[in-house]
Amino acid sequence: MAAAIESQGLTRKFGDLVAVSELNLKIEAGEVFGFLGPNGSGKTTTVRLLNCLLRPTSGWAKVMGFDIADDPTEIRRRTGVLTETAALYENLSAADNLRFFGELYGLYGEGLSKKIDELLEFFGLAGRRGDRVGSFSTGMRKRLAIARSLIHDPPVLFLDEPTSGLDPEAARLVRDHIAELSRGEKRTVFLCTHNLDEAQRLCSRVAVIENGRVIASGSPQELEKRLWKGTWVEVNLEAVSDSLVAKIESLGLVRSLKRDGRVISVQVDSPSQIPDLVAEVVGAGGRIRAVNEVAHSLEEIYFRLRSEDVNGHEAGAGHRP
Amino acid sequence: MDMRLVRAIALKDVREVVGSKQLWLPMILVPLIFLVIFPTLSVLLPSATKLPVTTLGSSLETFMERLPPAMRDLVGSMDDRGKFIYLMSVFFFAPFFLIIPIMVVSIIGASSFAGEKERKTLESLLYTPITDAELMFGKILSAFIPSVAVAWASFIIYAIVVNALGYPFFGRIFFPNLTWLVLLIWVVPSMSFFGLGIIVVVSSKVRGFQEAQQIGGLVVLPIVALVLLQVFGVVYLSLSFALILGLAFLVIDYFLIRLGARTFVREDIITKLK
Repeated sequence: MAAAIESQGLTRKFGDLVAVSELNLKIEAGEVFGFLGPNGSGKTTTVRLLNCLLRPTSGWAKVMGFDIADDPTEIRRRTGVLTETAALYENLSAADNLRFFGELYGLYGEGLSKKIDELLEFFGLAGRRGDRVGSFSTGMRKRLAIARSLIHDPPVLFLDEPTSGLDPEAARLVRDHIAELSRGEKRTVFLCTHNLDEAQRLCSRVAVIENGRVIASGSPQELEKRLWKGTWVEVNLEAVSDSLVAKIESLGLVRSLKRDGRVISVQVDSPSQIPDLVAEVVGAGGRIRAVNEVAHSLEEIYFRLRSEDVNGHEAGAGHRP
Repeated sequence: MDMRLVRAIALKDVREVVGSKQLWLPMILVPLIFLVIFPTLSVLLPSATKLPVTTLGSSLETFMERLPPAMRDLVGSMDDRGKFIYLMSVFFFAPFFLIIPIMVVSIIGASSFAGEKERKTLESLLYTPITDAELMFGKILSAFIPSVAVAWASFIIYAIVVNALGYPFFGRIFFPNLTWLVLLIWVVPSMSFFGLGIIVVVSSKVRGFQEAQQIGGLVVLPIVALVLLQVFGVVYLSLSFALILGLAFLVIDYFLIRLGARTFVREDIITKLK
């Protein structure tokens, strides 16, 4: 099956400024793909390129099998976009905002009315359907803007910061909905975000973009493996003595060790060595309360990648988790 | 071009205008002031203040002298008050009437083109399958139709007002004459397009609604010039003048719309958005 979004060498320059450089993407249908990067890194330009609002300087891209250079209208029919500002028509009601956009996607009559009702209901706005959007809170506007991007059931969604400005409950609702769109409905989601926790929860793969260039991409697990050699294990002990630490440090499978109160963090080569490590620590006289394999959060991965990009060197094998 | 999409854009813009008092209030107030209050005062005031006919007469004579012979003959048989009402209704207020469609297109056009850019709603529109031509055409209609409609509605009200004021003097319905019908059917639409063309071009250069409206508002200057030229007797709004005026606007419209279409291109619009 063809990828939902695919690009090769996609580049866009504005004068001397390279906004997006040599972007290679392959995003499968049903995937939630996180596009992470600071403001001005090229995320919005990428979304504009993939939706044919801007022409590439070089390279190509396809969305749902349609070339961005040849089929802009066909692509825009199949994509829904939540822009960062998510501006709505303030003088129109919530239902009229949705109706207008539905009409622009060629929806009319009963089918459109039903879709509007469903979306307003889902996003908790059914009670305010006839009210002017000018009277809505930030959270309500955001929910309505997301509903607007879904009005035509697009197979590909571009969401720019979908939960910013939402209270925790509404943010969870939106996240659950994005996950459902991907898992249940097999829609592809291109998620631009600064919210790394959100990306970690939702994205099967991410790309980190910096100054228009993707500095790393893959699943969070793949990126973690690339950045941190080996596996870090936290061992929580009943008591820690210097002699015990020395014994553990001298074990053949231990590559590195750090001590923090009653917790020692040990680096081994792979997760398969954890049972051996536990047996050895017990054999060395350690009384274990808990053992935990340390997983790096996407946030740690992101900042590590960015600092490496700035410093231009590889992470050392012994880096603390 | 999918006319359903064009209609959706136009209706949305009109709904937005209806929802904003800042936008629709001037469209009611300006016609009311120029075409109801001013004409009423200009007829009732001389009667109420019992201005001596000689004063009225001497200024009228000056204006009469500058009129072409055919027109002088037409009003020659009327008494001073009759002449005054006729000349005011048929000539003096005509340029003011032309201000109305220009004002309406500049308000709606500025809101629709520059305002939508400023309010950041335009970007979401650009992500939809609508083509640049459909979007531009929808927005043009959203300003053009109300402009002509407001002008025609104002004309009907004006006709009722001036006939009511003139009836005691003429004993018949004296308004409109043929020139006014040409203004209505020929000059108003071509001039509305002229105002719109200017607004579309200006909106592509400026950031916001206010700026677009202020610069676009300058299109009223030719109309002001017409008022002055008429007062000084350089031109007067004859049938042939109205026909030429409409034609001149139409020619300029053609070039303005072509220029406007060149500025209304997704890529250019989006790169100028902040």
